[in-house]
Amino acid sequence: MKTLAFAGRNAKEIVRDRLNLAFGIGFPAALLYLMSAIQANIPVSLFEIDRLAPGVAVFGLSFVSLFSGMLISKDRGSSFLMRLFASPLTSGNFIIGYACPFFLIAVAQSVICFALAFPLGLPINANILVALVVLMPTAVLFIGIGLLAGTVFTDKQVGGICGALLTNVSAWLSGAWFDLNLVGGAFKAIANALPFARATNATRAAVAGRYGDIFPDLWWVIAYAVAVFALAIVVFNRKMKSDVK
Amino acid sequence: MTAIQTTKLTKTFGPRMAVDSLDLSVEQGELFSLLGVNGAGKTTTIKMLCGLTRPTSGDAVLLGDSIVSDPFAVKRKINLSPQETAVAPNLSTRENLELIAGIYGNNQPESAAAASAMIEQFSLEEVAKQKARTLSGGWQRRLSIAMAFISNPQILFLDEPTLGLDVLARRELWNIIRSLRGKVTIMLTTHYLEEAEALSDRLGVMSKGKLKAVGTVKELLALTGAEKFEDAFVSLAVENGKAI
Repeated sequence: MKTLAFAGRNAKEIVRDRLNLAFGIGFPAALLYLMSAIQANIPVSLFEIDRLAPGVAVFGLSFVSLFSGMLISKDRGSSFLMRLFASPLTSGNFIIGYACPFFLIAVAQSVICFALAFPLGLPINANILVALVVLMPTAVLFIGIGLLAGTVFTDKQVGGICGALLTNVSAWLSGAWFDLNLVGGAFKAIANALPFARATNATRAAVAGRYGDIFPDLWWVIAYAVAVFALAIVVFNRKMKSDVK
Repeated sequence: MTAIQTTKLTKTFGPRMAVDSLDLSVEQGELFSLLGVNGAGKTTTIKMLCGLTRPTSGDAVLLGDSIVSDPFAVKRKINLSPQETAVAPNLSTRENLELIAGIYGNNQPESAAAASAMIEQFSLEEVAKQKARTLSGGWQRRLSIAMAFISNPQILFLDEPTLGLDVLARRELWNIIRSLRGKVTIMLTTHYLEEAEALSDRLGVMSKGKLKAVGTVKELLALTGAEKFEDAFVSLAVENGKAI
């Protein structure tokens, strides 16, 4: 009941922030339609809808880090978290209460992204459901990044780190907007060492029905998601036990 | 029965002594005011008692549970109105109240009923559906205090609760606090001496982290030889007093 009450509050805080909705759903949707329009005039295989939609879905999830980081850092910046820390909420209640609404929002965002891609020619089949499942570790990864950033940084810093830096890094290194083979070298090596391109590759494989190609890319994403989320839990617990300013 | 018993409760921040070996006893149902100038250690004391700050040494037992060895047992019995307004900005007044009721273990119907009772008690009807971020500072403050009362705590900590309230709202809150006298143990900090004088069963004066004196208004007046409580406070907050 305690976790549900807290999670409900967090969901309302996010959904009622119009800027969140604009960036979380509006921006990826605009990119989807813009890139499709470019593809219609100058055919580029990368922007064919079955390759574009998975890339946009992964990129769109990066905004979940911004939402979660901002909410937690704003709570920390006000006396509201002090009030909650004085309540009988445990660290488990806090982490589940913060993470669950963002997970549901990530699922909704991915569903909307694919739904918007259907009129643009994305085939409606079971592969989309598999792709949604494949996207979930990526959602957990971005939620973990937000939880970590929100616990450590101020809301202004979170805006810079998750809003500008992370969205750019995930865009540039995801392979969603250009083929990483065209750049090659160290850039490609770095992109393949990070989880973003791996997430895009795995989701594209799922959408294409090439289930055998989902792994090992998805293992990379899962490993990053587990590591980042575990780190976020450790840091949050430490913060909770330290002196509240 | 003793509600709050501190034993050599101490908090240091680096070289700075914030609370120095505090020995204090507050009885169940008592309204105890902790007074002192800025930086005297009042808020740090409250934060330790609420489990927000770990003591450097010493301990406090609240209704049988230690803040050091079982802080969660303590947290189930208390609630706090922080010095600064603490509300969820995108939630309405009613939703804020229901949130706190839910966090303290009430189900949805119970939370809704508790929220309705608080809305009536704190005269929040006209802003019940309004988002907290759109409320004026005074309304936000009133809501923030109502959120501390909604869990029916056995011990209530009010850290400068009337700061930012107008005279009418302040008097209204005084009446609510008075109505809880004998039922709930209340520890209050305030800079308004007339407020402490009007509400408290006993008062403690802190200075530089030390508890200088404890007693009723009459006892503190007698101790300092002052005629007015303000003079007694100044004398205790500046000079070395004695515990009664």
